[in-house]
Amino acid sequence: MEVEAAKMIGAGLALFALFGVGLGIGNIFSTLISSVARNPSVKDQVFPIAILGFALTEAVALFALVVSILILYK
Amino acid sequence: MIDPLHQFEIQKIFDLKIFNIDIPFTNSSLFMSLTVFCSAILFIMGTHKKLMIPSRMQMLVESLYGFIRELIQDNIGPEGMKYFSLVLSVFLFVLFGNLLGMIPYGFTITSHIIVTFCLAFMVFLIVVGVGLKEHGFHFFSLFLPQGAPLLMAPLLIPIEVLSFFSRPISLSVRLFANMMAGHTILKVFAGFTVALGVFGIAPLLVNAALMSLEFLVAILQAYVFTILTCLYLKDAIHLH
Repeated sequence: MEVEAAKMIGAGLALFALFGVGLGIGNIFSTLISSVARNPSVKDQVFPIAILGFALTEAVALFALVVSILILYK
Repeated sequence: MIDPLHQFEIQKIFDLKIFNIDIPFTNSSLFMSLTVFCSAILFIMGTHKKLMIPSRMQMLVESLYGFIRELIQDNIGPEGMKYFSLVLSVFLFVLFGNLLGMIPYGFTITSHIIVTFCLAFMVFLIVVGVGLKEHGFHFFSLFLPQGAPLLMAPLLIPIEVLSFFSRPISLSVRLFANMMAGHTILKVFAGFTVALGVFGIAPLLVNAALMSLEFLVAILQAYVFTILTCLYLKDAIHLH
């Protein structure tokens, strides 16, 4: 197989990580909504933690993107 | 069509020679100076009239101060206030750096891995320094949590050390990848808008939505960088 074709396939395969990231982010916000629904007074305490969790999970998505771009252009 | 990565190119504005080392003043340096200038102007304008009933500008600066103070006190505790200037400076640098890149034809300083790596590495060195100063060699007990059986130590310690050293890398790559990916995607959609002519209204609307997302991400990433700095300081000061 040519190197170019292998690079393209590799770059596509590297993005499989986004499956887990989508699950993770959905999980965070679903738990946020449930916990605020149970106890609306904690909304201001729980929301910054949810945002932190979202950003950390999003970082994994971007690591996958960086790996994919490295495979494609190096 | 200019490729989407052209916007990250560093361009010399004028040459400076310090001790015969060529350090030109580039667009990156210009935007870094603008970042510092904007944060300084914000605080000077907010605090030069020390009114008892704050004006709007003073209220803005006071809320910013209060936000960082709350962040430090919730995460590190009252003795963390000595690191207030570090946390505030990191927050303002990343925030204004990201936001100034959102100006059309602006340059995002944090979209270069070397800039974010230097910031993250500086934070990492400060955290290790603070930990060593406070606890001496007891700082290394960070890698073997209390209550863990000694039998598991050969397995646990390398994992903990690896995860500790992955902190500056993850901190820098998170900020860098968010900024670079955001701006690249904006440029790609802008390219579509130009190429489609009349039907370019569709990528233009998508681009407008992406711009609002980018503003959110800019502010969010500054917040995340800062809160992670506070959490790493907490780990160093109160060993677990």
